Amino acid sequence: MAKPDKEELINTSLTYPLNKDFILRKKKYIKKILLKNKYLVEKKIAILGGSTTSEIKNILELFLLNSGIKPSFYESEFNKYYEDALFGNDELNTFNPDIIYVHTTNVNISSYSNMQESEDEVNKLLKNEVNKYKSIWESLSKHNCAIIQNNFDYPIDRSLGNLDSYDIHGRTHLINRLNLEFAKSAREITNLHINDINYLSSYVGLKNWLDKSLWYQAKYALSFDAIPDLAFDLSKIINSIFGRTKKCLILDLDNTCWGGVIGDDGLDAIHIGTETALAESYTSFQKYTKELKDRGITLAVCSKNDLQNAKEGFEHPDSILKLNDFTSFKANWEPKHQNILDIAKEINIGIDSLVFIDDNPVERDLVTSQISSISVPDVGSDVIDFIDYIDRNGYFEPITLSSDDINRNQYYEDNKKRTNERAVFKSYNEFLSSLEMTAEIKPFSSIYLDRIVQLTNKTNQFNLTTKRYTAGEIDNIANSDKYIKLYGKLSDKYGDNGLIAVSIGRLKNQQCHIDLWLMSCRVLKRDMEFAMLDELIAQCREKGVSELVGYYYKSAKNNMVSDLYEKFGFTLDSKNSKGIIWKLNIENYKSKNKFIEVVYD
Amino acid sequence: MTREDIFNGVQDIFRDIFDEDDLIVNDRTSSDEIEDWDSLNHINLVSAIEKEFHIRFALGELQTLKDIGAMIDLMEEKLT
Repeated sequence: MAKPDKEELINTSLTYPLNKDFILRKKKYIKKILLKNKYLVEKKIAILGGSTTSEIKNILELFLLNSGIKPSFYESEFNKYYEDALFGNDELNTFNPDIIYVHTTNVNISSYSNMQESEDEVNKLLKNEVNKYKSIWESLSKHNCAIIQNNFDYPIDRSLGNLDSYDIHGRTHLINRLNLEFAKSAREITNLHINDINYLSSYVGLKNWLDKSLWYQAKYALSFDAIPDLAFDLSKIINSIFGRTKKCLILDLDNTCWGGVIGDDGLDAIHIGTETALAESYTSFQKYTKELKDRGITLAVCSKNDLQNAKEGFEHPDSILKLNDFTSFKANWEPKHQNILDIAKEINIGIDSLVFIDDNPVERDLVTSQISSISVPDVGSDVIDFIDYIDRNGYFEPITLSSDDINRNQYYEDNKKRTNERAVFKSYNEFLSSLEMTAEIKPFSSIYLDRIVQLTNKTNQFNLTTKRYTAGEIDNIANSDKYIKLYGKLSDKYGDNGLIAVSIGRLKNQQCHIDLWLMSCRVLKRDMEFAMLDELIAQCREKGVSELVGYYYKSAKNNMVSDLYEKFGFTLDSKNSKGIIWKLNIENYKSKNKFIEVVYD
Repeated sequence: MTREDIFNGVQDIFRDIFDEDDLIVNDRTSSDEIEDWDSLNHINLVSAIEKEFHIRFALGELQTLKDIGAMIDLMEEKLT
């Protein structure tokens, strides 16, 4: 095996299981190396702390750099989170953050009840505390960005002992109630995300979470050792906010999905079910992956096996996963990296959205060496550990569960049916008209804003400018008449594809500048882009616009749309350092969409 | 563990924290001489030393120390 280079060593230290000593001691060195990556996306993060935050900031920076984000920070003065949030200051306002992180912990709880207080008084105290945070979130909403808020960790000392958890005067009891209130608010406020330090501190262990000496000396509300854990967790939420999570889990079969080798041992002899400890451990792993699938993660198989034998494994009566849980199934004797590339192509998904789990270190190494952007954790060979590597690394960390996520696998299924049908038509046009497509193309409306924000942040391939928007920005655009802002939904005889296209045009001096033009690859080659252009131009004419200005900013992934404006009939205007500018006089424009019926209600 | 072993271990930690592979410290080195050695990095140094040598400094113990030599003296006491 090749000696790991320093980038690899750093990447390994910053993924589960974290090498905390290395991270804390070598943070300057790690930062230096990670800054060499040329493809970093810049983001601005404001940290409002209720205790010291400087080392949290330093270590968070490393985790974000490792996932391709180059952060710049605003840090509140010590314990000035409340003042900064409510009264603001010029520095924070000009900083214009993409994310605000409110790092408060149980040391920031204003007061606990004393033992004599009545239930009403305790309730009032709780309400005051919750209202304090509600006013923080409300006031921060003027920044139009995502807010990450810690919930509360438990106090390590409890003079009431176990009673602390159920007497109404107990601190533990109060914290449990506060955390429930925070959860309720986070469900109601779109932009608010909870960083669950209540879970994290129990995972780390409260006695490791807090270092009293460090608190007295430097006012850190958590130990140095826990800082990498906190920063890692935060980076998972931040990655998810910016749409940088994984989408597809690829599984090996023998000794990964079940114990034993099905080709040698036969269906009856593989370990799955609840009869033995070994079988049970594989069943647990299958259950976990099934949970992922049920909330929208795509599953695929990549195994060196005879196809018939491989499929038979999922017919085992105790198998939790069934054959139809997998969107793509590759069992053959080809090299695995080849199969993985085929899987990505088949379900139309970026390589960097893939996670591969295999018990065999040789296969893992081969795949990692051939495909650089796939995640292949070193899971070892014991199935008991596999879940930890998937779960702790936060590959699939969601910030919301949209119905679109839950239905995603259905779209991929439908897509496969469409692909099968394509083969029997004489021409592609004949296929398109057979799909009986209907579209809804309308200005942004409030029920779709979440989905629109999500698309702007995760669409990479069919995206002309790759401009990312926060929920606040999209909200402003939705309510402004200086923009033409369209979403598109597409259905066909096989099913509903959901909301898959977004275009934003900024109006200025009879020109419409197309700041954003994107489409989900789910509906590639369906002429949906023509239907969107027709509608955009129709709206431009209503507003007296005479010319469209299109921008193509090249990224690592959007080559497929480099000639889109040319296809649309635009002419090349100029080039600058950011990209290419195209223009179209719309006076003589004729509608381009022929196959999609656009529905107006 | 000899004083020299302790000294070398401490020097390695300084090199890591300040990311200077050829940093040379001596008994007389103090926070006045290393630009990055501020109160925040001081916490980093102490925490790394505690971990590396499996010792714990009591509150206030470090506040009166004037240079690395004094720190190593204190460590020597704890390690024997």
